[in-house]
Amino acid sequence: MREKLIYGLGTIAAVLLARDLYSIFMQLPDEASQGMIYRIIFFHVPAAITAMLCAGVTLITSVGYLLTKNLKYDAISVAVTEVGLAFLAANLVTGSIWGRIIWGIWWTWDARLTSALVCWLLYAGYLMLRRAIEEPTARARISAVFNIFAFVDVPIVIFSIKWWRTQHPQPVFWGGGSIDPAMYLTAVLNLVALILLAVVLALIRLRQEEVQREIDSLRRYAHAV
Amino acid sequence: MDFFRQTLVIARKDLRAELRTKEAINASLAFALVILVLFSFAFDPLEEQTREMSGGLLWIVFAFAGTLVLNRSFAREVPNDCLDALVAAPISGAALFMGKALANFLLVISVELVSLPVFGIFYNVHWTSRIWSLLLVLALGTWGLTVIGTIFSALTVNIRLRELMAPLLVYPMLIPVLMSAMQLTMQLIAGKPLGGENEVWLRLMVAFDVIFTALSLVLLETVLVG
Repeated sequence: MREKLIYGLGTIAAVLLARDLYSIFMQLPDEASQGMIYRIIFFHVPAAITAMLCAGVTLITSVGYLLTKNLKYDAISVAVTEVGLAFLAANLVTGSIWGRIIWGIWWTWDARLTSALVCWLLYAGYLMLRRAIEEPTARARISAVFNIFAFVDVPIVIFSIKWWRTQHPQPVFWGGGSIDPAMYLTAVLNLVALILLAVVLALIRLRQEEVQREIDSLRRYAHAV
Repeated sequence: MDFFRQTLVIARKDLRAELRTKEAINASLAFALVILVLFSFAFDPLEEQTREMSGGLLWIVFAFAGTLVLNRSFAREVPNDCLDALVAAPISGAALFMGKALANFLLVISVELVSLPVFGIFYNVHWTSRIWSLLLVLALGTWGLTVIGTIFSALTVNIRLRELMAPLLVYPMLIPVLMSAMQLTMQLIAGKPLGGENEVWLRLMVAFDVIFTALSLVLLETVLVG
């Protein structure tokens, strides 16, 4: 069942990505003031939204673990956090490239970029914390609590461009921003594609995590008898 | 009322234990002074620009020196099963957290209050022009530092490589409050008042303190017991 889900969603994501790549490179015109580099927005913003969604999901599963003590929630937490971390890294890198072309700088320490980097450091810290704890229930509990703390940075990342004057541009897709309808469609479809991709990657990682847990429990059993 | 009594018992215990040996507070103070000296080599302290940004450097000193005190707060309870005794004691997790946080706050802020005049002397910076606002920022920033340091000390108390993991996790978490404190301190040392453009940093610090104090009060018992 899960195999079918992985292949099915993966195929839809691939089709959408192909359609969008065609649209981005063949159909859409250059932007008025930025020229052709603006096309990176179709990956930069959806990657950010996907990463924030992953952070939200891990918050829910972390709280879920603490309430139910079911290790299934812990497995989903780690799978989704890893995927979210990758998308956040993609977001930072694409943003950096875009910034280099448009602003002339690879990086600046404004509120949006700094809080996004901090978010990345926090979730990377989450993964490092997990490696430092071997006992599964302690690991699940400690990392669930850490995840709740780490999520507090996410609203700061999202609203930083509203709360401070930043180098990073004001919102385009929300909060008073505007975008041409043709570009909007491609952006939304790319967002759907990236979310589906994140789900597929998380499912694969989840399967890997479950197999690892089974191996660990068998090893423990073998040591015990 | 019980909560306050329990908090004070824990706070008094911690303060008494620390003040009898003065291990952490001496190390922290010495470390703060050493970093202040080191920074004076890294930047030219007499140059006008350095003096303007020195408020930011001050908070790096406070963060590093403070972490020395804060990491020990639960680590100290591990030998002789003291942590088990605390967990088994008839006090709520919230009272345990608050007691430890209060004791840590007093220790860290005393280190800071000693470092501040030394900083003024080494960097030739007149920091008393807006002293009450500066003390408010100091208190709010130190409380944020203390809360995160204390809860993460509890979080990492039983894990491998505790000495390495705790700072690694604490510093990114502290960035919002440190950034706000640095910005506000720089403005206040330069003589500008609180309010106006600075208000967003002040609001961020207060929100940070409130949110993380609330989270820590609720989650300490989960962290220690499960």
